[in-house]
Amino acid sequence: MRPYSDKQNVQKKPYYSDRYFVAPQIPKEAVESDAVFAKDLATLQAKFEIKEAYIQRGQLVVYIDPKDNVAVLQTLKEACAYNMLSEHSAIDWLAKSNEFELFYQLLSTSKRKRLRVKCFIHAKEVLQSVYGVYKSADWAEREMYDMFGISISGHPYMKRLLMPDDWFGHPLLKTYPLHGDEAARWYEIDKIFGKEYRDIIGPEERDSARVDENDTYRFARLGHEVPFGAEPSLEKTFHDYQEEGGVTIVKTLKKSESKLVKERP
Amino acid sequence: MAQHKINYLQEAGLPVALTTVDKLVQWGRSNSLWPLTYGLACCAIEMMATGASRYDFDRFGTIFRASPRQSDVLIIAGTLTKKHAPFMRRLYDQMPDPKWVISMGSCANTGGMFNTYATVQGADRIVPVDIYLPGCAPRPETLQYALMLLQKKIRSEKASRKLAPKRLV
Amino acid sequence: MQKVNRLKPFFENIAFEREDNHMIVNFGPQHPSAHGQLRLILELDGEKVSKATPDIGYLHRGMEKMAENMIYNEFLPTTDRMDYIAATSNNYGFALAVETLIGLEVPRRAKVIRMLLLELNRITSHLFWLATHALDVGAMTIFLYAFREREYALDLIEDYCGARLTHSSVRIGGVPLDLPKGWLEKLNAYVNRLPYDIEDYEGLLDQNRIWKMRLEGVGIVTPEQAQSWGCSGPMLRGSGIAWDIRKEEPYELYDEVDFDVPVSTTCDSYGRYKLHMEEMRQSIRILKQLMPMYDETAPEIIAHAPQYVSAPKEQIMTQNYSLMQHFVLVTQGMKPPVGEVYVPTESPKGELGFYINSQGDPYPYRLKLRAPSFFHTALLQEMLVGEYLADVVAIIGNANIVFGEIDR
Repeated sequence: MRPYSDKQNVQKKPYYSDRYFVAPQIPKEAVESDAVFAKDLATLQAKFEIKEAYIQRGQLVVYIDPKDNVAVLQTLKEACAYNMLSEHSAIDWLAKSNEFELFYQLLSTSKRKRLRVKCFIHAKEVLQSVYGVYKSADWAEREMYDMFGISISGHPYMKRLLMPDDWFGHPLLKTYPLHGDEAARWYEIDKIFGKEYRDIIGPEERDSARVDENDTYRFARLGHEVPFGAEPSLEKTFHDYQEEGGVTIVKTLKKSESKLVKERP
Repeated sequence: MAQHKINYLQEAGLPVALTTVDKLVQWGRSNSLWPLTYGLACCAIEMMATGASRYDFDRFGTIFRASPRQSDVLIIAGTLTKKHAPFMRRLYDQMPDPKWVISMGSCANTGGMFNTYATVQGADRIVPVDIYLPGCAPRPETLQYALMLLQKKIRSEKASRKLAPKRLV
Repeated sequence: MQKVNRLKPFFENIAFEREDNHMIVNFGPQHPSAHGQLRLILELDGEKVSKATPDIGYLHRGMEKMAENMIYNEFLPTTDRMDYIAATSNNYGFALAVETLIGLEVPRRAKVIRMLLLELNRITSHLFWLATHALDVGAMTIFLYAFREREYALDLIEDYCGARLTHSSVRIGGVPLDLPKGWLEKLNAYVNRLPYDIEDYEGLLDQNRIWKMRLEGVGIVTPEQAQSWGCSGPMLRGSGIAWDIRKEEPYELYDEVDFDVPVSTTCDSYGRYKLHMEEMRQSIRILKQLMPMYDETAPEIIAHAPQYVSAPKEQIMTQNYSLMQHFVLVTQGMKPPVGEVYVPTESPKGELGFYINSQGDPYPYRLKLRAPSFFHTALLQEMLVGEYLADVVAIIGNANIVFGEIDR
């Protein structure tokens, strides 16, 4: 039997690993295979240092120096007609190399091409905002700060976007547990009722597969429901939503009088 | 003096109906439940569908109100997140007594599939809940049935009950 | 119970220039016309908005974090809850991203079924948009009418997959079920009837004085703004830029069907309303072309790729090897190749993109959901400035934002 390991750590290492399995790679094509991309890359190479460039699944991927990010995007927007920034976010590689990988997903509507600009920054490095080039970076950068804690300079309103302002930690870091840390677990209780209510309300039930020994008693049999805490009984319970005698003015539903229709009118 | 004489003891002659105040008040309450338009997520769409043409919620005397001050039922329709929880408690506190809460859908019941850092694991950690609806998202028929059950529950309560704080969790 | 002063004041940490007598209005997060949990903090100069600060995250459920902890097939039902008005388009976007990652070709019948569902979803989404938008502006009749038609479309979807709202009707590698008997006839009846209903709506709204006054010249998005803020879908086409991913970067069989991309050059809310109506007509046109295509296809509905995709259910139940494969795929998950993809699709709201970074594990290393509404909501801070307070609701309704996908 394979050993069981905690599912919360699943991100660090899959609990099942095939020893002889080597994951295949998505093929990377040379940039020269596409004339439009080759021209764009030449424009970039004339001005900036390009660390790596290839085409993957029809999209050009360019690795640049993080200090050039604003200038590179400016060039791509003005000289190469990449008029839209569709997406911008980061990937956490802190455990591997203490770095974040950032990507800017660009789109050129006139050339029908998509391009991905990527760069690596160190954990504490400050990145220049590209809000001046593409305004869609506004919230994308705020979300990135919120989720990863990447600091960005030159942004007009750098503040948490999705999480509350008094939230502790950055949720999408790999070190942040899926079920939240201590502060997250009691966040709403602390905020609404106060810390002293933690004992009264109790911890969250996070295990969806947990079986309580009282479950058998608390859940009555269907059709034999009893009040909370009472002994189970064999007596059949009255199931209609109205009381036996009916309710004044409100029409009583009689199941015998109901009819089934084949088609919805 | 009287020009006519009515025999009140004859059948159907008595022009009054005898009932208890409890029954009368709760009958009135149960047939005009006004929920708050409180759509949180996916279930809100089903809540709207319940209010719209085919399912027609109005025939239960249920009219959606936009203000918590005018409503008696809070339908928690959707995922309650930790960022939103204080606001929901505030809305619940703003509703006048007596008030009832329907927790609609798995997310509001237990957190549902969103077993993550950002969701409240069950709205009953924040407010006391009367009816739990299963489903993700529950069909409009389920919401209607929940409302009918709530009406039945209200009719069995005492009108003058000293509103004892409901059990939280 | 609750101690009121524990709750922080509404305007915490939001800087306002308080030199003049501007008024600050808090809008949401519980507002009947906020289309979910949008909170707007509006600074008003008289009745005009001088600064708008949208505050989102009230429906942030941590989907990206969930994706990193789930095998690919497990995550598929979660995508339903993103744009819950058109759930299949999200399922499809994710399925297509994973298929692109592993390089999988889907059988033709599955493609036709997917397209049928996608276009049906586009119709339900646009009808819902029309209903709620009209309700916000004050036209209750349209709300009731549009919801009636939407229910018929939902009946069709329910016939196919059993769910009204959260369909999960697309699988990685195909679709789980073939169309039930008589489904196409029902669809045909619906599709033949819907154009007349759309005409009815237009008859009620097009020349309606209130509707025109509320929408014409309101919520202007210039083409420069639309491009710079990353708009897509009707918001981009409403600014005169003809960009539809179905047309420009065709996926599935969109290159085989014939349809137009409606564009509005007025850049205002009324133009976008006309655009939505036209898009519904184009969807009907696509559906009509798809129905004969279905009959010509071979009966396979799921791709044959034992390494990645489970066999059809009959095969799993009858053949030992398929059952073993299914067991492995369910317990361990499939392992796509190492690499990254960004796959955009045209959802009813705009460009719905899935960025997947795979490291060869059964779990995506990073999954980024590019939601169109996210960028449309960001645009609100520029769009609302200079508009009247009463028009704020009309603009939010017109932008067609859904909070499931903004906050994710």
